[in-house]
Amino acid sequence: MSVAVGKIPRLATVPVEGAARPGPLLRRGLLRRRSWRAVGLVAVAVVVALVSLASIAYGSKPIPFTTVIDALFAFDPTLNDHLIIRSLRIPRTLVGLAVGVALGLAGAVMQGVARNPLAGPGILGVNAGASLFVVVAIYAFGIASLSGYVWFAFAGAALTALVVYALGSIGREGATPVKLALAGAAVAALLGSVTTAILLIDVATLDQYRFWAVGSLAGRDADIVGQVTPFIAVGTVMALASGRLLNALALGDDVARSLGQRVGRARVFSAASVVLLVGAATAAAGPIGFVGLTVPHVARAICGPDYRWVLPYSALLAPVLLLGSDIIGRVVARPGELQVGIVTALVGSPFFVALVRRRKLAEL
Amino acid sequence: MKALLERPLGTRDPGPATAAVARARSAGRARATTVSAALAVAGAVAFAVSVSAGDFPIPLVDVVPAIFGYGNADSDFIVRTLRLPRALTAVLVGAAFGLSGAIFQSLARNPLASPDIIGITAGASAAAVFMIVAVGAGGATVAVGAFGGALATAVAIYLLAYRRGVSSHRLVLVGIGVGAVLASVTSYLLTRAEVFDAQRATVWLTGSLNGRGWEHVRPVGLAMMVLFPAVVALARPLRALQLGDDAAKGLGVGVERCRAALVVAGVGLAAVATASAGPVAFVAFVAAPIARRLVKAPLTLVPAALSGAVLVLVADLVGRRAFAPTELPVGIITGVIGAPYLLWLLARSNRVGRGG
Amino acid sequence: MADPRTGSSARSPAGSSSGSSAESSSGSSPGPNGGHHTLCAEGLTLAYDKVVVATDLSVAIPAGQITTIVGANACGKSTLLRALARLLRPRAGRVLIDGESIHRLPTKVVASRLGILPQSPIAPEGITVADLVGRGRYPHQKWFRQWSSADEAVIAAAKEVTGTLDLATRPVDELSGGQRQRVWIAMALAQGTDLMLLDEPTTYLDLAHQVEVLDLLVDLNRREERTIVLVLHDLNHAARYSHRLIAMSDGRLVAQGSPAQIVTESLVEQVFGLECRVIPDPVAATPMVVPVGRHALAALETQPYPCPPEPNGASPVERGARPTSGGCA
Repeated sequence: MSVAVGKIPRLATVPVEGAARPGPLLRRGLLRRRSWRAVGLVAVAVVVALVSLASIAYGSKPIPFTTVIDALFAFDPTLNDHLIIRSLRIPRTLVGLAVGVALGLAGAVMQGVARNPLAGPGILGVNAGASLFVVVAIYAFGIASLSGYVWFAFAGAALTALVVYALGSIGREGATPVKLALAGAAVAALLGSVTTAILLIDVATLDQYRFWAVGSLAGRDADIVGQVTPFIAVGTVMALASGRLLNALALGDDVARSLGQRVGRARVFSAASVVLLVGAATAAAGPIGFVGLTVPHVARAICGPDYRWVLPYSALLAPVLLLGSDIIGRVVARPGELQVGIVTALVGSPFFVALVRRRKLAEL
Repeated sequence: MKALLERPLGTRDPGPATAAVARARSAGRARATTVSAALAVAGAVAFAVSVSAGDFPIPLVDVVPAIFGYGNADSDFIVRTLRLPRALTAVLVGAAFGLSGAIFQSLARNPLASPDIIGITAGASAAAVFMIVAVGAGGATVAVGAFGGALATAVAIYLLAYRRGVSSHRLVLVGIGVGAVLASVTSYLLTRAEVFDAQRATVWLTGSLNGRGWEHVRPVGLAMMVLFPAVVALARPLRALQLGDDAAKGLGVGVERCRAALVVAGVGLAAVATASAGPVAFVAFVAAPIARRLVKAPLTLVPAALSGAVLVLVADLVGRRAFAPTELPVGIITGVIGAPYLLWLLARSNRVGRGG
Repeated sequence: MADPRTGSSARSPAGSSSGSSAESSSGSSPGPNGGHHTLCAEGLTLAYDKVVVATDLSVAIPAGQITTIVGANACGKSTLLRALARLLRPRAGRVLIDGESIHRLPTKVVASRLGILPQSPIAPEGITVADLVGRGRYPHQKWFRQWSSADEAVIAAAKEVTGTLDLATRPVDELSGGQRQRVWIAMALAQGTDLMLLDEPTTYLDLAHQVEVLDLLVDLNRREERTIVLVLHDLNHAARYSHRLIAMSDGRLVAQGSPAQIVTESLVEQVFGLECRVIPDPVAATPMVVPVGRHALAALETQPYPCPPEPNGASPVERGARPTSGGCA
């Protein structure tokens, strides 16, 4: 969570006017050949499956492995441990998977739309919008349940993205990356200020909000799964379908147009997928910022700049990070837990910094 | 160069041309001086109003005597213990952020750079929240902790990004990574705290001049006294650096050393300002471009500092009085000011036609 | 040495003037007689990160003359120029200015003897022409004596000579490519150094302005005996306006010498991979390259098309859009 009052657009998230570098990352990834990349993808998928199983098997309460198997295949509703597995850990894992996929994909798509390797999904102001609506829900409507937050967060994210996109489209050239980033930063600054103002006025709101704002999978049950999965599913399909669009956009608007790409439509389509994904993910788990920004970099380092590969890799690598962090958070702080939003950065960051040191990750 | 002067290559007498050049230069300087003077006057007015306004209003005419201790006992106390240090902190913090922003925007050659980029505000924030929540400190101790946090973070980022030299993109990426870690530490502390500590921490994180006393004025004042002349001395090489590394080196600037000195100065200014008032870093982002547009020159250090000071003074005044009896921290007001500015940049980039 | 403009001999051979005027003191400005600073490189190996761009380059820049480095794209011309201007540290070998290693001298001292105009200079947003040209005086200013009348005069002369006086108050961003280039040259001129290194100064300029800039450089060379080192793309301009050419290919030095020696059909083929004919320039009598290429339009009308044998005997020209009187013989 960042009490993001007037969060400043980082230097790098806003390309300089007229100096926008349209080219994609030119460095090829580790896996050069198609066959290797396909194998790599399968390998990552296997890892995702393993991490998911681990997420069911491990948690804040140590439960023997045999009990876990029993809970899955010989469910006994009277046993507490079985209930924990079925009604807490499995939904939690599912939400973690969905949120991970959503954030990874959204980050990659956003970097393609913004043509900037340092854009995160929050660049359209969606996090700020979701936060404001949740705060309003708590303050004005007295909502106190997670599933209650979901719709507000989603609405906030969607509306904010719409406003940002509309603002960024004013003018001749439509919504170019620079204008989108500026509009996003402006709206995020404004909404952030209002959010903080409300938080400071009412302590009770702050008390509730700070736990949502940190980003957590705790208590996410089957209801939440049902609420967000449809959106994430649709968003995933749309995002994976925009691989070719993003490849064309990466070459710059002019070249993309000459290749027959409808640039405006491509952007709207991709941005819509981002809004669905991030809106649903934030609604489910609160704002988690690190994943969407850094996982696409790792994906690119593995498979190169072709978005048709970067997207599936991001979609699979992100849940590994998220679920892995969640497991660590639950195991390390037994019998309590450390929220996933905190652990993700703690775990992912050293890895990211090491990657930055070893390979040239992005051209600014 | 005598040859060029004695035997001009053109057919015209260079006299009028030389005079024209000299005129243009003094016109440019005059403009910068006028703008600075105007900003200083605006700042003085805002300062006076800031000292005079409050729950216990002091008439403007009594402000100056009260500052020096010649008013009545009540005015003197309120002014000298409460309002004067707060206003002074506002001025110094605004000037420091303005200068820091001007430095980073010139170095990065990007009008949207800010000292936030190397994650020092994340470090200051984490340290300050730690001091408030875990140590239960207040006032100057928090400021000291925040400053230490900022410096430690800057050093850590530099060391992590160093690999046979430091390139700017690696610095930014490492800054993002380190900043994310620090942000999660801050979040963790906020969730673990007692709610009223969390509230105090949130106020600090927004950027606030609440309760800033002389113990806050002194460190910022000291830092400005040391760093401001240093930065002004580095203004000339900075002008050359703006032309690109190659051209600057060709002109005889020690590029690596100057850049390092400027970064240190910029970081120092932002760190000390953040320690005193929290991350009101929007000021850094906004002040320098405003100054540039007023003076119509690509590098304006003193006007940037003055704009920052005026901005913080006015924002604090508005935050204190506009919603009375509630006091809104200065960070919220600068955030609300920053948004329309960004939108204006957006509209302008439309007109110029080079947006994106 | 032939005068580049008129073809007549007007100065003494290059060798003696460079050898006799070497200065080894670390004085900060050319002597009263326009004393020459010498520049040379010994055994340079140049690389960017891990990629070695050029090896074993040894060049001597003759003082008081115009030297041009030529070669195909990516042969290392700009890299060599940057190394000579101390912008790039050589992996091996050294660059000497007045006999001292250029990396050992304080950079401001070097800047008062040698000025470079890099290939893509950056103009900060909103800077005016007057301001930009003024920045060229940086090496001559101390913090306590910023603008003297001598500075103003030099700037004025530089602007006048490049025809940018009228543009003084305009922002550089708003100028056309050609105007911008002239402003940058004015800045380099304002630096007032004896040695001037310019990396492709004629890019973005139309032909008239290209010739104007090159004429200006020749003026500076002749009247003030400035030593000028250029990287040029256009081989004909290089041949016409230089005393000496350095030809590079694939990071190696292929040949150094006068244009007459360098611009020969075999050497152009070797360096550029281009078949050509070399004829004397009708105006300047320097060698002029006429490329052969695969298509010469006017010749198509009268000469047989070099066509491969067709199975049905029809010539490609008859099949194509252009009717000709000839055909395949």
